[in-house]
Amino acid sequence: MVPFILLIIIIGSVLFHLYTPWYSTPIASNWSSIDSTIELTFAMTGAVYVLVLGFMTYCVIKFRSTKNRKADYEPESKKAEVVLTVLTTIGVAGLLAPGLIVWDDYVSPPEEAMPIEAMGQQWYWNFRLPGEDGILGTTDARNISADNPFGMNENDPNGKDDILIEGDTLHLEHDKPVKFLLRSIDVLHNFYVPQFRAKMDLVPGMVTFYWIRPTVTGIYEILCAELCGVGHHAMRGEVQVDEASDYQEWLSDQLTFEAIQEQAMLEKDNKLALSKSN
Amino acid sequence: MSESIIPESELEEVELYHPKSWWTEKVFSQDAKLIAIQYGLTAFAIGFVALVLSWFMRIQIAFPEMAIISEGTYYQFITMHGMIMVVYLLTALFLGAFGNYMIPLMVGARDMVFPYLNMISYWTYLISVLVLFVSFFTPGGPTGAGWTLYPPQAILGGTPGQETGIILMLVSLCIFIVGFTMGGLNYVITILQARTRGMTLMRMPLTIWGIFTATVLALFAFPALFVSAVMMLFDKLLMTSFFMPALVEFGENLTYGGGSPILFQHLFWFFGHPEVYIVALPAFGIVSDLISIHARKNIFGFRMMVWAIVGIGALSFIVWAHHMYVSGMNPYFGFFFATTTLIIAVPTALKVYNWILTLWKGNIHLTIPMLFCLGFIVTFLNGGLTGLFLGNVIVDVPLSDTYFVVAHFHMVMGIAPVLVILGAIYHWYPLITGKMLHDGMGRFHFWVTFVGSYLIYFPMHYLGFIGIPRRYYEMGQTEALYTSSAADLNIFITVAALAVGFAQLVFIFNVFWSAKNGQVAEKNPWNATSLEWRTPEQPPIHGNFGKELPVVYRWAYDYSVPGAEDDFIPQDVPNEKVTLAEGYSELGVEKT
Repeated sequence: MVPFILLIIIIGSVLFHLYTPWYSTPIASNWSSIDSTIELTFAMTGAVYVLVLGFMTYCVIKFRSTKNRKADYEPESKKAEVVLTVLTTIGVAGLLAPGLIVWDDYVSPPEEAMPIEAMGQQWYWNFRLPGEDGILGTTDARNISADNPFGMNENDPNGKDDILIEGDTLHLEHDKPVKFLLRSIDVLHNFYVPQFRAKMDLVPGMVTFYWIRPTVTGIYEILCAELCGVGHHAMRGEVQVDEASDYQEWLSDQLTFEAIQEQAMLEKDNKLALSKSN
Repeated sequence: MSESIIPESELEEVELYHPKSWWTEKVFSQDAKLIAIQYGLTAFAIGFVALVLSWFMRIQIAFPEMAIISEGTYYQFITMHGMIMVVYLLTALFLGAFGNYMIPLMVGARDMVFPYLNMISYWTYLISVLVLFVSFFTPGGPTGAGWTLYPPQAILGGTPGQETGIILMLVSLCIFIVGFTMGGLNYVITILQARTRGMTLMRMPLTIWGIFTATVLALFAFPALFVSAVMMLFDKLLMTSFFMPALVEFGENLTYGGGSPILFQHLFWFFGHPEVYIVALPAFGIVSDLISIHARKNIFGFRMMVWAIVGIGALSFIVWAHHMYVSGMNPYFGFFFATTTLIIAVPTALKVYNWILTLWKGNIHLTIPMLFCLGFIVTFLNGGLTGLFLGNVIVDVPLSDTYFVVAHFHMVMGIAPVLVILGAIYHWYPLITGKMLHDGMGRFHFWVTFVGSYLIYFPMHYLGFIGIPRRYYEMGQTEALYTSSAADLNIFITVAALAVGFAQLVFIFNVFWSAKNGQVAEKNPWNATSLEWRTPEQPPIHGNFGKELPVVYRWAYDYSVPGAEDDFIPQDVPNEKVTLAEGYSELGVEKT
């Protein structure tokens, strides 16, 4: 019975992998190289799994205790150990090398990538685009107030034309690389879109990053992937990847920091005028 | 293995403490064996709490519409489940329970070198468990920060238990570490100083090598957790900013500033990764001995096994940041830590090969301990190979923080070591109680536990490929990711988890039932060679050995030696006392 169940486990695991209905979502970014490293790892580890457990099952069948059986006495075999060490090392290096090459790519955003800030707080997302100058203005958590939810540094000219999106939907332009700059104002979060295959934590007090190039238009869900309190599972947002014309249309509807400030001033003046006239 | 000269004893024996009352004999005992049982029962009791928590979590995940527990409770349960299982159950069981029971017996000592300190170690551990347990009944309940306790979240208002739960958790960890340090120093010094004559380091059974190396790791690793717990307590209570940058809590600017949340993660994983091996190395050692004994064959490549344990232990201190690939630390760390992490796979793989090569040409008895060993190899190999996914930095990026991680670490440091613990209990129960555990219940327990756990965790990896994040109270409206078939898989996993849980009840019943009604064990029922079975009484009494301590003439793996009549030669039997098989003039030499 024991070898029989072991065989079912080995064969069952392989069949499960081949026919599973639960596997990666269709990819929507440039990171198909990550998927390839996963496939490579599956092929190598799967082969080792089947070989090692197959051999173990063979041993259980072949060397099971019988009345007159006596085990061999063989303390060690240098040759076997050297061969196995070398083979394992080669296998491990074969996984590591391509992995590090892709990682190098992952941590080296291209020059032309547009910086976009994703800002997390318990338990929703806001976004900031650099505006016409292509540069994001500086921020500080200490500046945050009801009038300045992004903590913008009002003296920084680079921030004037920043586009502030106080909503949970971000639009991206199809096929244009973006460098996400990730900022949290309270606790750790993680900006994760499964279809992009990429993720990184948001850490209060610092700015982290990763980059992607969206390759398929559509709407994708942002999931927070770092425990951030009781609302963690509900901290969602959306990324919508548009064709260039749709993207421009959306962009033209968004307000810059300066415009928002002016609007706020106007409202204040109006209120003041209103209260004076009363 | 050939004999060597047996040295004279270096020191005279010291009289052991003799208990003067029922209290000092049965409760405040200084006998390592009783302390071991106290450790074991306490660890199992609090571990059972963690097991029950997991049932609630699984029911919530499978049937979110029932909302059997609230969000806050869910996060409190995952936190307590994780911390209890890793620290208060596994660490305490392997080092506190198995360490105390096995070290003096297996190295041929009468007790630990500091019996009084050993006793204090247990009672300190008990206090830490009680402090942790009390947090269930405090206002706000236990902390729900996740077992990793990452700041700033752990001490801010969006996390349940931030009133008192987090404080009790940190205090409890500090107490645990104090208690462990007393015990740990004791284990290390006993192994180094109190071995009997002839018990060279390379003649120690691998069980002792595993426990020894794990204890050394723990003595170096736990201080990092201790300081981070103290620093976080300061951040919480004294408003210091070790881990707290300037931040805003629900619209309110707090006075913190300048601290680093990532610093905590480095400290935590500097402890946390060796912790994996603190649990794994004793399991490696024990499983090596069980396989050898029940396959009636010496462990294959003993010296390699020792060096692999020591090497893995050393390497485990330079791989910690593979838990932090997507934490926002300097991305160039990824190159270094991915390389060290994959290097550690080599000695680990060699251990797996050697276990199986021990079975090769063995005489395999499919006893319950051997079944658990086979189950261990399957689950450990599976969990080890998925470690090659997560250790290889770029492959970790899509899988990090998903159910793939949950499945991986449960397989490799939950199920695999627990299977070893259970196998070890079936193996040593006759020594500890003098009775055999019931065989039928044992086999039922093994099959449901092993196959059930595999059915829980093997498919769970694939939820991670879909991209489902861990630590989600419910998936909510996430159609693209969370299809109805994924929901069905979660129901299946929950059913398997409840079945495995039920099997543990059968095991607990068996342990208590057999202590009274079990078949009386023969002396050394498995025909093992190591010294714990060579005591005059079974179970061994205080002082372990008779008037004279045993003298060791050989390693612990003389099974099926050519020329010997029996298929095992105990460590304290010299060559001239071995009964030779027919046709042999001496061991290994046939008559001409």
